[in-house]
Amino acid sequence: MGIEQKTGNLGIVTTSLEQVVNWARTNSMWPMLFGLACCAIEMMAAQASNYDMSRFGMELMRASPRQSDLMIVAGRVSRKMAPVLRKLYDQMPDPKWVIAMGDCASCGGVFNNYAIVQGVDEVVPVDVYVAGCPPRPEGLIHGVMTLHEKVKKEKLGKWK
Amino acid sequence: MDETLQIVAHAMQSRFGAEVLETRGEVTLFLPPQRLIQAAKALKEEFGFDMLMDLTAVDYWPQTKPRFHLVYQLYSFGKNLQLRLRTGLDGNAPTMDSIETLYPNANWFEREVFDMFGIRFNGHSDMRRIIMPYDWQGHPLRKDYPLGYEEVEFTFNFDEIERKKPYAKE
Repeated sequence: MGIEQKTGNLGIVTTSLEQVVNWARTNSMWPMLFGLACCAIEMMAAQASNYDMSRFGMELMRASPRQSDLMIVAGRVSRKMAPVLRKLYDQMPDPKWVIAMGDCASCGGVFNNYAIVQGVDEVVPVDVYVAGCPPRPEGLIHGVMTLHEKVKKEKLGKWK
Repeated sequence: MDETLQIVAHAMQSRFGAEVLETRGEVTLFLPPQRLIQAAKALKEEFGFDMLMDLTAVDYWPQTKPRFHLVYQLYSFGKNLQLRLRTGLDGNAPTMDSIETLYPNANWFEREVFDMFGIRFNGHSDMRRIIMPYDWQGHPLRKDYPLGYEEVEFTFNFDEIERKKPYAKE
């Protein structure tokens, strides 16, 4: 059935290297949990059985930056936390991506004051912003799918 | 007022010239700053107020005399009584003697008051900021500290704010 019928007994599929690499990257993207506030609860719910993010190859939330390639910043980042966030981002191996989850991580949200970084994009480059306060697990999963679409279009020379 | 507390208040009034205020059963002794430490020492050693529950400050800016109030909340385990001490501090860069030798837990309280209000404590063993980063400018809980941080974005000023915003470059 399917691909076997088309290829016969050859056992060979032709495709471009870029597509294979990007397919591999999107389907085993390990997120680093960076739960800072209430958004982290929704992130946990997205991981748990009802929403089950492991359908997309993301069953492992790594607590170590060295084993992960996606950072989900869930919650407001205080100015004292910002250097820590940057250090963890720098410790992640390339290729790496960042999702700013929720209003606080995206733009400061309701906390327009001295203590909170006005958007985590001042500290690390952000790929996908997920709006909501906090966003529902569907929202986060949609953000992840959007990131997957983005990664699938990436060229090989980008990460050097 | 509680009978035991009444005795304490009268003693403080006659010995240290404390002004006694009572609101809904809460007793406050208002003292000049140079006599507050001695009064706290007497309260701890003679009247059994053996715990410092809280130490905080209030900013009454633009009033400058006094601009700040320091508030010490004392508690007695033996008598189950609470007592509040207040003192006024003038000017924009006030100093006060530390109460750390009397109540060791005042160490962090005084660091927090310094961090948030800029009141320095003489004789404190480790006068650093405790909440904000060490290189922070200003004291955030002062009334003259700016309230908002970033200008709110609308369609008419969107481009201008986007130009100024310090985005991270990799």
